[in-house]
Amino acid sequence: MTDTQDAVSTVAVTVNGAEIQANPGELLIDACERTGTYIPRFCYHPRMSPVGMCRMCLVEVDTGRGPALQPSCMLPVTDGMTVDTESELTRKAQDGVLEFLLANHPLDCPVCDKGGECPLQDQTMAFGPGESRFIEEKRHYEKPIAISDTVYLDRERCILCDRCTRFADEVAGDTLIHFMDRGNNTQVNTFPDEPFASYFSGNTVQICPVGALTAKPYRFKARPWDLEENLSTAWTDSVGSRITVQSSRNKVLRVLGVDSESVNWGWLSDKERFAFEALNSVNRITQPMARADSGSDLASTGWAAAMSTIVDVLTDVDPARIGVIGGARLTNEAQYAWAKLAKGILGTDNVDAQLGDGLPAAVVLGLPRATIADACRPGGTIILAGPDPKEDLGALFLRLRHAVVNDGATLIELTPHRTGLSGIAAHSLHPRPGELGDLAAAVVAAGSGTASDAAGVAADAIAAAAASISGPVTVVLGRASLAESSAAIVDAATALNGLADVSFLSALRRGNVHGALDAGLAPGLLPGRTTLADGGEAFAEAWGSVPESTGLDTAGMLAAAAAGDIDVLVLLGADPLSDFPEAAAAEAGLAGAATVIAIDTLPNASLVAHADLVLPAAAATEVDGTFTNLEGRVSVCEQKVTPCGTARSDWMIAAQIAQRLGKDLGIESPAAARAELAALSAVHGDLTEAALAAAGVEGVLCSGNGSIAEPAGSGSVDPANDAYSLRLVATRRMYDAGTTLSHSPSSAGLARSIELRLNPADFDKLGVEAGSVVQLISNKGELMTPVIADPGVPAGSAAIPANSPGANANQLIDASQPVTDVRVERS
Amino acid sequence: MPTHDYIPHAAGYVDNDGPKIVTSRFPYEDSYTMERSEATGGYEGLRTALSRRPADVHTEVRDATVLGRGGAGFPAGVKWGFMPPGKFPYYLVVNGDESEPGTYKDRLLMERDPHQLIEGCLITCYALGLAQCFLYVRGEMALAQERIGQALNDAYARGYVGKNILGTDFSVDITLTWGAGAYIVGEETALIESLEGNRGMPRLKPPYFPAAIGLYGQPTIVNNVETLANLPWLMQNGADQYTTYGSETAPGTRMVAVSGHVKRPGVYEIEQGVTTFRDLFYGDNFCQGIREGHELKMFVPGGGSAPWFFPEQLDLPLEARAVGAAGSMLGSGALIVMDETTDAVKAALRLVRFYARESCGKCTPCREGTTWEERVLQRILDGEGRPSDIDMLLDIADNISPGPYPVAADPSQDLEAVPFPPKQTTICPLGPSSVAPITSTIRRFRHEYDAKITKRDTIPVSAAPMNAGAVS
Ligand SMILES: Cc1cc2nc3c(=O)[nH]c(=O)nc-3n(C[C@H](O)[C@H](O)[C@H](O)COP(=O)(O)O)c2cc1C
Ligand code: SF4
Ligand code: SF4
Ligand code: FES
Repeated sequence: MTDTQDAVSTVAVTVNGAEIQANPGELLIDACERTGTYIPRFCYHPRMSPVGMCRMCLVEVDTGRGPALQPSCMLPVTDGMTVDTESELTRKAQDGVLEFLLANHPLDCPVCDKGGECPLQDQTMAFGPGESRFIEEKRHYEKPIAISDTVYLDRERCILCDRCTRFADEVAGDTLIHFMDRGNNTQVNTFPDEPFASYFSGNTVQICPVGALTAKPYRFKARPWDLEENLSTAWTDSVGSRITVQSSRNKVLRVLGVDSESVNWGWLSDKERFAFEALNSVNRITQPMARADSGSDLASTGWAAAMSTIVDVLTDVDPARIGVIGGARLTNEAQYAWAKLAKGILGTDNVDAQLGDGLPAAVVLGLPRATIADACRPGGTIILAGPDPKEDLGALFLRLRHAVVNDGATLIELTPHRTGLSGIAAHSLHPRPGELGDLAAAVVAAGSGTASDAAGVAADAIAAAAASISGPVTVVLGRASLAESSAAIVDAATALNGLADVSFLSALRRGNVHGALDAGLAPGLLPGRTTLADGGEAFAEAWGSVPESTGLDTAGMLAAAAAGDIDVLVLLGADPLSDFPEAAAAEAGLAGAATVIAIDTLPNASLVAHADLVLPAAAATEVDGTFTNLEGRVSVCEQKVTPCGTARSDWMIAAQIAQRLGKDLGIESPAAARAELAALSAVHGDLTEAALAAAGVEGVLCSGNGSIAEPAGSGSVDPANDAYSLRLVATRRMYDAGTTLSHSPSSAGLARSIELRLNPADFDKLGVEAGSVVQLISNKGELMTPVIADPGVPAGSAAIPANSPGANANQLIDASQPVTDVRVERS
Repeated sequence: MPTHDYIPHAAGYVDNDGPKIVTSRFPYEDSYTMERSEATGGYEGLRTALSRRPADVHTEVRDATVLGRGGAGFPAGVKWGFMPPGKFPYYLVVNGDESEPGTYKDRLLMERDPHQLIEGCLITCYALGLAQCFLYVRGEMALAQERIGQALNDAYARGYVGKNILGTDFSVDITLTWGAGAYIVGEETALIESLEGNRGMPRLKPPYFPAAIGLYGQPTIVNNVETLANLPWLMQNGADQYTTYGSETAPGTRMVAVSGHVKRPGVYEIEQGVTTFRDLFYGDNFCQGIREGHELKMFVPGGGSAPWFFPEQLDLPLEARAVGAAGSMLGSGALIVMDETTDAVKAALRLVRFYARESCGKCTPCREGTTWEERVLQRILDGEGRPSDIDMLLDIADNISPGPYPVAADPSQDLEAVPFPPKQTTICPLGPSSVAPITSTIRRFRHEYDAKITKRDTIPVSAAPMNAGAVS
């Protein structure tokens, strides 16, 4: 080679007589695969560190010291290496390993869920000996054993590849399954009385190369050759994990993670993976329903009748007396259709996709934005000023964890209490609720030399955290506690924006909430990250008209409805009774609106109690469209099955309402909606059909702030401290009493009941046994809850889950206040 | 009854009137105490070392060619040189997991002279600039643990271990840890895993030595107990003296543990490289011959993992290169002698079963292959062998250790020796070790297998699964 550039950038390796160019440091198994030579393997997984256990990938390699068998999954390429993947020695080794693996394998393929998509079957066919010489009795174990509520382990089928155990240890950090015993009795198992209770357990089922691990939702449901699949995007949170949705006979049976380099690396949280069960629920809304009068139950009706009612209630109403709450469930296209219907046709700006539990749009859209990859940059700093990603945004948690554990990213937590990342955080600072802004400002100030106590955190801890900031900084920003208004977070964001080389990754959790903001489903906003003030003129031209002034957010709409100032409330996949931080305000608002129209897939508390009219909506696997994740990345969701019953796509419902009102929404398909959005939006210009198709699993990143200006501080002052009370912290859990999970049979039982956690000092003052039931009292209400001590909760805070079965924190929260103070009383 | 000439309180050790580098205190009843140690020059080697530059201490060890006594026979001084400079902290790990079948010399060193071992550790730490040493003792060796524990307490109390040793600015902490009874944690990387609190499974090579990446990812020296026990004497007497014993390639002495059908089994300190197997088995100072009325059939020359030798190899010296060329290894210094009453197939099964039980389960060929071999051998012994089983055994062996397996020459069959070491499809040598008894016996005593094998070629499957214990 004369070109030195070339010599440095690639390594020449001879594979089966032909020279290939490999990347320096690349593993031989990868270099071969990339250039068309597949080496069989079981234990190797490109997203985990190689362990060289199964020995299936042995190939004959000569690095100048004579040919020898080497595990290609452990061997980085070197210049001049000669490899023979088909030599007699290689074939003999492959035969040998497969024969060993099959010696004790039960060969119960006909009743095994993996049969038909089993790497062991496939590689035996491709590389193995035809027959086994093993005539001894095979190893026996009880089959299968439940290692968690969802996952079953058949130890007879297991080939001990260490993938599941490695995943649990390396990727999830939940070291709950491990090898036990020795030699031929080596087995994967849990520790006694400690189930594999991991939020990520489903990944082990997906990567198990045999049928040893199976998950309840799919067990004995289908044969792989009967499945059809589509590439899509997970809808239960805002990470936008890429998935494949698999169905048989028009029913979704399984969701698998797809490896997207920019997003989820193939991993999913169990919520993303198993939530499809809810869409198959017998409780799905299949028919429009209406209430004859406010006292009666909802009863089925037809679409025509339902539409007539809608036309009646929407005709001749002052637009300011109409409100639309929700929309994060919808595709980007449906969101755009609804934004156009509400703002362009109905003329109301009372539109809010968030339910008072998020952040102002200006904070999400107006700050310099980061991608997940930006946040995970080696050597960078991650400041978590938001919810616990392990609970809220599972796949993001895995990426952040990897960045900290493997790539030397520094994690600083500014959270109300310990999170699932605290164990690997360089600094965990827990401000007093309501004072996050002060803490953030103090960290920034300490970075320039002046450290002082702030928000109940000592100056030296703040100084140490500030000193550890290095490299590019990504702030993961979101609403950690529902009991704290967004004011402190807005202040924290504006303060942290003063750091050098800083950008922000939104941690708003709900489904396609970022798509909703981009589509303008927020008061004062228009599609494409622009405001009524900036974009009003252009959109008025495109749409005919736009509202004149900024409307109400969800809190405002509920208050207005309670005061009799709103006639029609549309709940677009929203359940304010469960999700709005203050239950009483939601109740008053829903009760106060003359007509509540709910458009949803499943019944929820608000719908059952207050909807006068219900329209069945098609669910995520039943519609075509796109999804925008927390980075602003747009990826495809493809329809896999037909909508349930008479359910219709949300965009179609919007178009039909417009038509019945005698208007034309001008949208006849998701693609048309997308094209219109791309044409009008300042940030969706790149979102062409060709770009989407070309982007494949990675999606199209729609970056930029559009015309949204950086937010100003909230201007709020710190809430006064009342020495007798504790300050409420209400955080989300992955498994809660939410609608989707309650309708997923495998996950419904996983939501834990309410539990109050207090700092040991506060707990000791109570003088009760751990687990005793106490009363938690605020000025809004009270809850009975068991109490335990938890050193991860700072003194002065009272931590409860936001939405536990039978106990919702919004019974206590005063959403009009920056914080909610509570008293704990022995009952 | 053979004459077992036990020394009181030192069961197993036999004084052969030869040079004593590591067993000099063994004849004393209280050899393990601080009093006896100090009265007989204990910690003088440490004082000598401390009076010299660390690099000079290292050089002394290198010049003496102190071969590792754990099995691989790698020179300690050379291994020490692999520590990447400046990547502190370094750790020293002492391998006291001695579990190789037949081996019981480290146990005696730990039970009879723990201070000598501690002193050896301190000298190593000084030479390499280490401040932390871990002594890992096999789980079952309760007396050794107890005596090392006591010795460490005494050594701390006397200022030999801890801060500012003997008034210098050299400080070392020594921690005693013990295993949970697994042979595989004798393999140095599995031992490190175990020390870290993980399941004891070997790490992948490369890196070939923990010196590069060892305990907690730091440069680590792992040495065998006996290797380090040599250092106090070496410090006091110097490499020149040390190399007057033994041969050029294998200077000094080494401890060998002889068991089986000899008149006087036991642990002997012999001169390396010069003493022959014949000297050892038949010499008056040593084992005094095969038990009365019997003759040698075969012997394992270097611990259960070594391919077997036969009478033709008796005149080889106990020297690594010669033994390696002859098809085996000296390994851990354990010799198992078998006379003509020994059933070759049963003897092979006994060892194969050991490896099958002790396989860590990490790699497929070892985990599945060793048990398969064991069960075929058992089936043959149960009278249910098939003619095809012998070739199958050899082929299973080939799938664990590909290519010709090391084996001794057999002049009677005109077969040449295959030199050590074997190749492996596995991560560590345990799997291939299980092959040694099979290839050794099939090559020599195929007729014994044939005699046990039925002439049927049907498949009688034994009634009970071997690992019925696993059924739950
Ligand atoms: C399966 C296996 C078991 C081993 N068991 C022991 C042992 O019990 N004691 C020991 O010192 N070395 C044992 N070794 C060798 C160690 O890996 C290592 O080479 C040795 O401790 C290095 O010390 P040395 O250089 O002082 O001999 C074993 C190796 C293998 C592969
Ligand atoms: S259960 Fe599956 S993934 Fe886990 S070790 Fe066994 S074969 Fe591998
Ligand atoms: S050869 Fe055997 S003992 Fe060694 S790593 Fe593999 S399975 Fe474990
Ligand atoms: S894939 Fe390489 S050893 Fe398993």
